[in-house]
Amino acid sequence: MATARKVPLRRLVGLASLRAVSTSSVGTFPKRVKIVEVGPRDGLQNEKNIIPTPTKIKLIDMLSETGLPVIEVTSFVSPKWVPQMADHAEVLKGIQKFPGINYPVLTPNLRAFQAAVTKKMYSMGCYEVSLGDTIGVGTPGLMKAMLSAVMQEVPVAALAVHCHDTYGQALANTLMALQMGVSVVDSSVAGLGGCPFAQGASGNLATEDLVYMLAGMGIDTGVNFQKLLEAGAFICQALNRKTSSRVAQATCKL
Amino acid sequence: MGNVPSAVKHCLSYQQLLREHLWIGDSVAGALDPAQEPFQLSGLPEYVKIVEVGPRDGLQNEKVIVPTDIKIEFINQLSQTGLSVIEVTSFVSSKWIPQVAAGATEVSVFGAASESFSKKNINCSIEESMEKFEEVVKSARHMNIPARGYVSCALGCPYEGNITPQKVTEVSKRLYGMGCYEISLGDTIGVGTPGSMKKILESVMKEIPPRALAVHCHDTYGQALANILTALQMGINVVDSAVSGLGGCPYAKGASGNVATEDLIYMLNGLGLNTGVNLYKVMEAGDFICKAVNKTTNSKVAQASFSA
Repeated sequence: MATARKVPLRRLVGLASLRAVSTSSVGTFPKRVKIVEVGPRDGLQNEKNIIPTPTKIKLIDMLSETGLPVIEVTSFVSPKWVPQMADHAEVLKGIQKFPGINYPVLTPNLRAFQAAVTKKMYSMGCYEVSLGDTIGVGTPGLMKAMLSAVMQEVPVAALAVHCHDTYGQALANTLMALQMGVSVVDSSVAGLGGCPFAQGASGNLATEDLVYMLAGMGIDTGVNFQKLLEAGAFICQALNRKTSSRVAQATCKL
Repeated sequence: MGNVPSAVKHCLSYQQLLREHLWIGDSVAGALDPAQEPFQLSGLPEYVKIVEVGPRDGLQNEKVIVPTDIKIEFINQLSQTGLSVIEVTSFVSSKWIPQVAAGATEVSVFGAASESFSKKNINCSIEESMEKFEEVVKSARHMNIPARGYVSCALGCPYEGNITPQKVTEVSKRLYGMGCYEISLGDTIGVGTPGSMKKILESVMKEIPPRALAVHCHDTYGQALANILTALQMGINVVDSAVSGLGGCPYAKGASGNVATEDLIYMLNGLGLNTGVNLYKVMEAGDFICKAVNKTTNSKVAQASFSA
């Protein structure tokens, strides 16, 4: 298991399933957005091929060079359920830990969350709660309604969104969250990770596509785009799969 | 996430998924199940007209030449979906208008906000193209055929890079002035983001009322739905899309092109906006044409809903 860390196991992901939809408006955007890169955990976890430990470590090291401030590296789960994360201890030991970058580890909880539970998590000491659209069914109206409810209990600065792109809605949903004041977004390089609930479907929002949008909007992320593209190309080659990032598809020379 | 027990995997039956998450229900085409109908959002238009460009813009950019009978079957299937506008026209010069009048109900003219693009794409300057379009639009209107104007490279040009909002406004105003009933602003290479979309719309909407504007977003960089959402929030209520996201990008090899109609409808349904279109029937038309041109769909909704 990991040694005691200054930064605790703090990021929990859940499914918020409020269905009411409220009003929409064009708000102002945050000046800076923190991107939480979940490719090495959420992404790889949902890929069929088991990746060797050195490849995982190399991916994380490449991502550490991009400027991404938070990289979710692995999860502490039983290898019986998630064989891809069986090497969590070696990965943690093997990666270079850059100063200024957080390397959280997931302790998954599959329960569905509502505002009250998010509040509970926040009160128990989680510095940040990431609200996950686990099967990607959300649309911007739902995102706004869900956040409106949650923000009554938890300050927006402590919230992150984790949108899946299963129905192509992730970036639009993320945009809505930004309009509501959320400034932490989870994404996965190359859009790694399919959806285990919908055969053949895509999963995570691709970090490259997210950074492209934020850069276009003049929102600072601190991420070196070129290095990010390289990390994405590297892992896709290692996984022998095509990238799910539209930006990467557009910029690669076939 | 990962290898979940089979009980969890089957937790959403396909029928349940269609009812709950695709908002298809058992009701008539386009209508939402009242029990699940989301509230109206303020600040967004009540009704969004989708302009289906798959048979024209989509197929035009596909490598495989589609036989005429397949095209006809495809368009017939789309006609059953509730889509009110299905684009099947192609470029014309004014001398062809009488023939067009025999069959078509509308014509389109394609301008560009970039001189380089205009010269490379249609072999003439913007000014020269406007003079030609004026002839076409005049002749069409003379025969009571409405004309729609397109402005390519509205958010960026493959040759010139950034395009100023002023230039886009100038070209749009010219097309509107000559009698085009609607101006479709095209993000031809998909480089736009919500920031640039907002900028050009603010500029164009000073000269042209929002009801006469449409957006034609390409998904080359995955930005289409986010850009469309921004446009909707600014009062635009006409959106171009192509079923299955047909048509790649001729300027970025291997890249995607048009935004997929299925994914657009999914978002609009979720927002509680009326489109009059039956998503499931659009998905069926998309499945048909993808099999016919032997390619995988670019629609995420389709990917998620049809088993691989």
